[in-house]
Amino acid sequence: MARALVNVPKTAKRGEIVDVKALISHPMETGYRPGPNGRLLARDIIDRFACTYNGTEVFAIDLHPAMSANPYLAFSVVATESGTLTMTWSGDKGFRQSETVAIEVA
Amino acid sequence: MAERDPTRRATLAFGLGAAALVVVRPARADAARRDAAIRAFTGGAEARAGRITLDLPPLVENGNAAPVTVTVESPMTEADHVRRIALVNERNPEAEVFTARLGPRSGRATLSTRIRLADTQRITALAELSDGTFWQDSADVIVTLAACVEG
Amino acid sequence: MRASLVVAVLALAGLLGPPGRAADGRRSDAEAMSPALRAMQQDDAANPGMLSVLDGEALWSAKAGGAGRSCADCHGDATVSMKGVAARHPAWDAGRGSAVDLAGRIALCRTERQDAAPLPPESPDRLALTTYVAHQSRGMPIAPPDDSGLRETRARGRTLFTTRIGQLNLSCATCHDDLAGRRLGGTPIPQGHPVGYPLYRLEWQATGSLQRRLRNCMTGVRAEPYPFDAPELVALEAYLMERAAGLAMETPAVRP
Repeated sequence: MARALVNVPKTAKRGEIVDVKALISHPMETGYRPGPNGRLLARDIIDRFACTYNGTEVFAIDLHPAMSANPYLAFSVVATESGTLTMTWSGDKGFRQSETVAIEVA
Repeated sequence: MAERDPTRRATLAFGLGAAALVVVRPARADAARRDAAIRAFTGGAEARAGRITLDLPPLVENGNAAPVTVTVESPMTEADHVRRIALVNERNPEAEVFTARLGPRSGRATLSTRIRLADTQRITALAELSDGTFWQDSADVIVTLAACVEG
Repeated sequence: MRASLVVAVLALAGLLGPPGRAADGRRSDAEAMSPALRAMQQDDAANPGMLSVLDGEALWSAKAGGAGRSCADCHGDATVSMKGVAARHPAWDAGRGSAVDLAGRIALCRTERQDAAPLPPESPDRLALTTYVAHQSRGMPIAPPDDSGLRETRARGRTLFTTRIGQLNLSCATCHDDLAGRRLGGTPIPQGHPVGYPLYRLEWQATGSLQRRLRNCMTGVRAEPYPFDAPELVALEAYLMERAAGLAMETPAVRP
């Protein structure tokens, strides 16, 4: 399991726009870099990230090799109701990981 | 930058930086490939200047992780919002960097991340709005040559 | 002339400045970074070095080895017991009669107290534990212990720092004492205070140790680098920490 760090405010007012920051440990190997034997290392990247809010997708992004290693994404969502935000990263070599965070909306 | 002469730069860099930063690039995307990526995003529609802002430092210390923020002026309502934001480059092996999907539940049309830059170049941000219009903004970024890289 | 003016200005700024700089002009290399890079370091939610801190936190309480003990079983809550520890390393190990750096201390604990497989230098687990422990000293001034054994080690480190090596015939001091603040190939030459190790280096696209950085420098001047954990590298670390005494720890720092 890759280490992930997700930052969302624990509480928010209804209708408030909150910042979401998501960081995950991943080499994002581009496929254009030679390895120690001189041959190109196979591409191994996260090519998609999505954030769902109580099951509804509120943000998604397709990623290419030009994204930095250990990809970092910061975006915003409207705090509509208490519940769960689920971050899912997926990519090459069957990579798939989800992290959930709870948000309480008053 | 004063030091555009590659011989001088390489000498200053102990001859290491240049070799290590410019990794094998079998297929370098040029301006034409960038334009093709822009057309793929807009479907051939015109992308106008305005409403979208690409925030990228003019000088980055290392091309492995350049911080970038894209912001679009939009009320982000059901009736008027940003549908997609994309970033393209002209000197990396592939022109596309990312394509994001957002909507009224985003609240704000803004996105920050970190990108790789193979070289000093121009980066372009694109936005598609719910009214079907496209907007773009570009920024030039200089990647400074690290003097003492691992190698 | 210009350099001394810069030092004077820095010294003046140091009187009022953050703990990243000292009144005598010594300063953290973070101060020469772009605002964007400083922001990356300062925001824990954006600092990629925090991924190693979190890995280390998980390892801290994971039982390991024949002893079936975790770090926490002996040392308790690291946020209390490890506060300031990194700021005091390398430390003198009287039993061994040698100086030991923080990563070396953790590696010894691993084999001797936990009876576990050794953690090789720069292995993810050794880096993660070291980063987690060093993170507990963030914001604290570097405080090298006063110890006769360490004094000798530092003197050896200082000799290594000032001795010209490699095909380029440069010493550490040539660049990082005499030419610090000037530019090489478009980038500023840092003073080279090891305030934030282990740190996330954009060039590495990973977290790495001070020893890795020192070995880079040696390769850079075309010298044969000492192997990881060599007494020479520990001596250099001991000297560098004394040279940086009083500056605030930043682990995990971010550097270009």
